[in-house]
Amino acid sequence: MKLLRTASAGKDDSGDCLVTVSPAEGVSLDYRGANREIFAQRTRNLVEEVLKEKSVDGAAVVIDDHGAIKITIRARLETALERAAKEGAGA
Amino acid sequence: MRASRSMLYIPGDSPKMIQNSPYFGADSILLDLEDAIAMAEKDSARRVVSTFLRNFDFGDLTVIVRINGADTEFFEDDIKEIIPCRPYAVRIPKCSSPEDVLLADRKIAECERRNGIPVGTVKIHAMIETALGLERAFAIASACPRVGALTIGGQDFTADMGVQKTKEGTELFYARCRIVAAAHAAGVEAYDTVWADIDDPEGLYKESKEIVTLGFTGKACIHPSQIEMIHKAFQPSEKELRKAVKIVTAAEEAERNGKGVIAVDGKMVDAPIVARSQHLLELAKMYGMEVAQI
Repeated sequence: MKLLRTASAGKDDSGDCLVTVSPAEGVSLDYRGANREIFAQRTRNLVEEVLKEKSVDGAAVVIDDHGAIKITIRARLETALERAAKEGAGA
Repeated sequence: MRASRSMLYIPGDSPKMIQNSPYFGADSILLDLEDAIAMAEKDSARRVVSTFLRNFDFGDLTVIVRINGADTEFFEDDIKEIIPCRPYAVRIPKCSSPEDVLLADRKIAECERRNGIPVGTVKIHAMIETALGLERAFAIASACPRVGALTIGGQDFTADMGVQKTKEGTELFYARCRIVAAAHAAGVEAYDTVWADIDDPEGLYKESKEIVTLGFTGKACIHPSQIEMIHKAFQPSEKELRKAVKIVTAAEEAERNGKGVIAVDGKMVDAPIVARSQHLLELAKMYGMEVAQI
């Protein structure tokens, strides 16, 4: 999967997260949220897992976490990636 | 599947509500991809729902997904992504003919085959939301074995009829009766529409009692606070249970003795009455009522 543009998915609501992905050289993660230190490793592992599954080599990932569980972060990240890779979609 | 008295609608893009759903006390939940979701968020909601279905432990909850109708661009994608996750059923909106159901049945079957799932695993709950659909309710309910329930969409139905939806529900009386009868004739369940005013629990209780009387097997709701009133309305009385115990006991004895006809308290009892009595005893278990003590 090749990212073509910046795209987001999710919300700033409690129990949710807002994920933004952009095309980049290599992988970077900017993980924000009140409990970022506790969940940093969990989230990094999850992001790496999803990027590997989707064969994404280059992505800048920003996650604003408002208490989302792993299932939610995965769903939002997958949607953001698919939106960013969609041919012919707007910016 | 256990009896579903309450079906709580949860928007498909509300992960917090979905993760809390086992604690609300509903018998089943309806994860909504249709009306509750903005057009631009259909893909996101669909992914939240499918990811939860694959990875989350819903416990005893029966999970149903309301997908978008066949007249929308989202229908096929909903089926492709949701069916492999094996929800108990998908609720199909605006079923106005048996063909609407058969189209969904065909698409779901194709998807089940592609994913190595036994054909027929995922049930269809057909929503009746138009006058035309109501006229064809029995044909819709019996269109294929995959149909497990008929449901009435009160807002859309009254809009189609060009009338106001009221708390009294006079405008839905005929439709409710017709849907319950069609569902019963086809051997499927019947679920009532939502009570929209979350600040009027007494109104909800009154309406719930009425739809229990009509023969509905369950009622949809839009807020966790509504679950208790719906369950209260479905609770069988001790008098009903005493009679049900007598009927089921007599039926079991007749079966052991190879008798086809039974009488209880001097009245003939036939198979539908035995089935209803068994259903009441099953309901009693859900309330923790000690049937043996009755």
